[in-house]
Amino acid sequence: MESGFSPVLATVFSAIVFAGSAQFASISIIGAGGGAGAAIAAATLMNSRFLPMSAAVGPSFRGGPLKRAAKGQTVVDASWAMSSRGDGTFDEHLLIGASAIAYTTWVSGTAVGAIWGDKLGDPSSFGLDAIFPAFFFGLLLNELRSPRSRGVAALGTAIALVLVPITPPGVPVLVASLASLVGLTRRARAEVLESEEAEGAPR
Amino acid sequence: MSTPAIVIAACCVITAAIKAVGPVALGGRDLPTWFTSVVILLSPALLAALVATQAFANGDHLAISADTAGVAAGGLAIWRTGSIIACVVLAAAVTAGVRAL
Repeated sequence: MESGFSPVLATVFSAIVFAGSAQFASISIIGAGGGAGAAIAAATLMNSRFLPMSAAVGPSFRGGPLKRAAKGQTVVDASWAMSSRGDGTFDEHLLIGASAIAYTTWVSGTAVGAIWGDKLGDPSSFGLDAIFPAFFFGLLLNELRSPRSRGVAALGTAIALVLVPITPPGVPVLVASLASLVGLTRRARAEVLESEEAEGAPR
Repeated sequence: MSTPAIVIAACCVITAAIKAVGPVALGGRDLPTWFTSVVILLSPALLAALVATQAFANGDHLAISADTAGVAAGGLAIWRTGSIIACVVLAAAVTAGVRAL
């Protein structure tokens, strides 16, 4: 496995963090020679979207604080979107069930991939180093529905590429996240407010 | 502890905290609009930067290499077919092919 993540560590990572894009982001930064701090910061920024997502689900969870905190752990993108009833409430059974399936697939898939990849020898001769950026590309295309997100993606790209030659690895990606501050403009906030009123939920 | 172990441990604690705060502490109250507005745009900013740095950066300099071609092919595949599997497989195949030339 690239970047010092042994098959066992990679599988543990999937089992206890269970957030693909954050895992890939931090492994990519370590793989490029970045430090633990930059890798953790990138993963945290990537996962910050779970804050508004889990806050939106919160009122639909039954049970005391501990139970609600535990149920909050099942929030991942696909099952969150699937369980949304479209009126601001969520089907908690659907959320937890869908996440359980995704979790099993994700952890076993990581184990198989990590063990198989480890036996393969030099991953670059199979082009496997292109898998991460290609996967990110796929996730990115899903995010580019609005002109604003396309602009932010272009700005993030520009910031990162300008910084590559002058900053340590990992830093360009973190600084590029500042492009998201475009969200502070009055028009961006007004649109969020509109969609919240339309759906009764953030995002 | 090795660097990967530190990263995994920290990500575990931070991710669990992020996911617990919403349902427990906020309990139905809305997050400020400016916060949600910025968070929504974090994904495109970070993902675009990750794609760009991995496709174009070799260490501390920018270069067009085999993986640039592979990622471009993968991007084309997902744009045309919508399949992330096709995207990833094509990206790896093109990268390996260009490297073998």
